[in-house]
Amino acid sequence: MPSKLIEKTLRVNRLPHIWCPGCGHGILMRDVAQAIDNCGLDPDKVVIVSGIGCSSRAAGYMNYNTLHTTHGRALAFATGVKMANPDLTVICITGDGDCTAIGGNHLIHACRRNIDITSIVFNNNIYGMTGGQYSPTTPHGEKGTTAPYGNIDYNFDIPKLAEAAGATFTGRCTAYHAPQAIKLIEDAIKHHGFSLIEGMSVCPTYYGRKNKKGDSVAMMNWQKDTCIDAKVASKLPPEKLEGKILIGELSRDESKEEYTDMYMKIIEKCGGNK
Amino acid sequence: MAVKKNLVTNPKWCKGCGICVAFCPKDVLAIKKEKIVIENPDNCIKCGLCELRCPDYAIWLEEEE
Repeated sequence: MPSKLIEKTLRVNRLPHIWCPGCGHGILMRDVAQAIDNCGLDPDKVVIVSGIGCSSRAAGYMNYNTLHTTHGRALAFATGVKMANPDLTVICITGDGDCTAIGGNHLIHACRRNIDITSIVFNNNIYGMTGGQYSPTTPHGEKGTTAPYGNIDYNFDIPKLAEAAGATFTGRCTAYHAPQAIKLIEDAIKHHGFSLIEGMSVCPTYYGRKNKKGDSVAMMNWQKDTCIDAKVASKLPPEKLEGKILIGELSRDESKEEYTDMYMKIIEKCGGNK
Repeated sequence: MAVKKNLVTNPKWCKGCGICVAFCPKDVLAIKKEKIVIENPDNCIKCGLCELRCPDYAIWLEEEE
């Protein structure tokens, strides 16, 4: 018998999951499940949409209405679900490659529209499922199967990218900082508009091994030492923030109207629903 | 009245990554033959950090009924 939370929110007959030993995705999926549970949402009104990749296996394990879609198109399918029935809470679980490379265009346009979808990007800094190729979030200079001498691309900062594209709530959490992650995902679900959370995962199998980062414990200790809460960071001098990564709520804009709300107004204006 | 909690494991789901062992503040846990073992149950302060960080949901606190 698993814990009460797992029994309530996950498909227990599908567990244990396929993720590698020490993969941060399991921790992040639990955070998402706990956040949904904390919000007190009706499970029949929650839709989990995912794309392709390690991260996107999550849709298969979560016991809600789930949709496992094509590569990079999770946000496009999620937009369709939300437009068809705006009463649903749509949560999109996607990976760094799925969201920012193959689905990069869908990401910026979902951000621009401010449609009420909560997107959680499980970022493991690499394409894990296909054998460790470098992704748009593999840090500059780090190695991947396709970058044996170091990656010469500069990596994306996903929350900044989303904010610039028009997302009205952005944040970052890590596998190590689980309690903070649960709170952040809860806030993102409650936010009425497009919210994007980057969940920093750990990939000991590919990213860790290629870059000699040690096992998942060492990688989580790195997250503990490197990440600093944005609220705390705002009170610190810039020299103390060198090389640090900000976590927590990074931006929020309540001024924009939500997409389906505006669409419903158009339907009403044109005499629909009569 | 505080609810009594017990630490429970499911070795079948454990993949032996050692995250719970490393982040346990009281050295309660150990990995033996690649599976989780509660070695010093009396030291446990029921903080729940192992449950929060176990990627495989193989350890948790259960409320006593």
